Amino acid sequence: MLLELEAVSKIYGIGCGECCALTGETGAGGAICPRCASVVAVNQVDLQVAEGEVLGVVGESGSGKSTLLQLIYQDQPVSSGRIFFNGMLDQKGERQDILTLPSTLKARLRGRDMSMIYQNPHRGLNFNFSAGGNIAEKILDANERNYQTIRSRALHFFTKIEMPPSRIDDYPDAFSGGQQQRIQIAKALSSSPRLLLLDEPTTGLDVSVQARILDLIKALQREMGFAMIVVSHDLGVINHLTDLTLVMKNGCLVEYGLTDQILEDPQHAYTQLLVSSKL
Amino acid sequence: MSTSCKLKVVNLAKSFTLHTLGGVRVHGFSGINFSLPKGQLLALSGPSGAGKSSILKTIYRSYLASDGSALFHRSDGSQVDLVTCTESRVLDLRRREIGFVTQFLKILPRVSALDTVARPLVEIGMPADEARTRAEDTLRRLAIRPELFPLSPLTFSGGEQQRVNIARGIIAPKELLLLDEPTASLDEKSSNTVLDMLAELKQQGIAMVAIFHDQKKIDRIADICVPVEREQ
Repeated sequence: MLLELEAVSKIYGIGCGECCALTGETGAGGAICPRCASVVAVNQVDLQVAEGEVLGVVGESGSGKSTLLQLIYQDQPVSSGRIFFNGMLDQKGERQDILTLPSTLKARLRGRDMSMIYQNPHRGLNFNFSAGGNIAEKILDANERNYQTIRSRALHFFTKIEMPPSRIDDYPDAFSGGQQQRIQIAKALSSSPRLLLLDEPTTGLDVSVQARILDLIKALQREMGFAMIVVSHDLGVINHLTDLTLVMKNGCLVEYGLTDQILEDPQHAYTQLLVSSKL
Repeated sequence: MSTSCKLKVVNLAKSFTLHTLGGVRVHGFSGINFSLPKGQLLALSGPSGAGKSSILKTIYRSYLASDGSALFHRSDGSQVDLVTCTESRVLDLRRREIGFVTQFLKILPRVSALDTVARPLVEIGMPADEARTRAEDTLRRLAIRPELFPLSPLTFSGGEQQRVNIARGIIAPKELLLLDEPTASLDEKSSNTVLDMLAELKQQGIAMVAIFHDQKKIDRIADICVPVEREQ
């Protein structure tokens, strides 16, 4: 198994020990703990992603989708739970919880083995670096130190996203929104990650640009074979990109299944509502 | 015969609970039993609304069964219950061993007819040029005019779309094929071509579950016929 989450939770607030039990799918107060008023963004999620699998995460705004991704990528500290990655073992030969790794190893995991594409390019790109510099930064993080190798790899991924090589030294703000997303894709893939995390990668782009970016992501996934977790509120995007889908509500996982099953034969009342709301 | 069994369906049933309509239960089908050997075609027949398509979708796991099992015999000799196995296992089987030819073509509008049909061959590792040549042959055989090859099939007529869909579904045949009304909107001549192609697949040892409405077609191509009755 490439990625495994065990009872992963994220609580904003003081927490009273009962937060997870008192909130969630059926909790009266939704994701807010009635005892201590903490917000439970992710509530004891168990999840497995195998090598090369493409998983979609759907749910309404505030259901915890993006937070879940950020916990996996360790943009935010996890409140409780364990995360295992790629069969990593500790010194005793037991499964290594990546949340307890020393920071250098954590950084390597984020630099080389996982990548994230954010909805807002300002989060994924450094606007003080050129496009090529941004891609190079990721390659450096993946521990490549030779300038020529870095430059040629950056160029390789820059042309993979169908951009003219002549623009590699331009700064991100000289590119359109769709192009900035492409640069994020090039940056994310330049370390040849095993897992790509995408947080609403095409939300806010016009439909023709969205279609081209999704086609590009899909083609690169087929070619390179990395696993993906795609967060989107758009069932069309999920249907286009993913094989498996996870439905979240109030921070809880309410349904998991093959994407066509989730769309054609949803089981949970909330999923049925979501699917029937499709335009 | 039992050793060459490809799919054994036991007491398969499906009902839907619609929470958005106050939890009303809708009956799909129930009590479906059959056993399908390798190289044979099993026809599901019966009136519209009897649940034939639902049976195919349940075997393919687009629907979750309410009861029963669907035992698939893999080429390596192992056996998988398609009703209960993990999603990852289903994905793997869909990639390699179980194919579904839907009633209507569901594809992206940005891909040409030729590439749509060549795709399954590319996916199993055939070089793109060779895959395209094979796709051309298959489309020609199904009487699709060559000037349509570079266009998106979504601009085609209903019958042409269905032929593209069949071409795509059988060009790299998986060991078990599920076919939902493969000849529904085709004229006599195209229907005959499709039935000929299905007969060739049987020769290759492919097992098929197909829905037909026309008894004459069933008589001609099916080895087994399972009538599905609408619930009273």
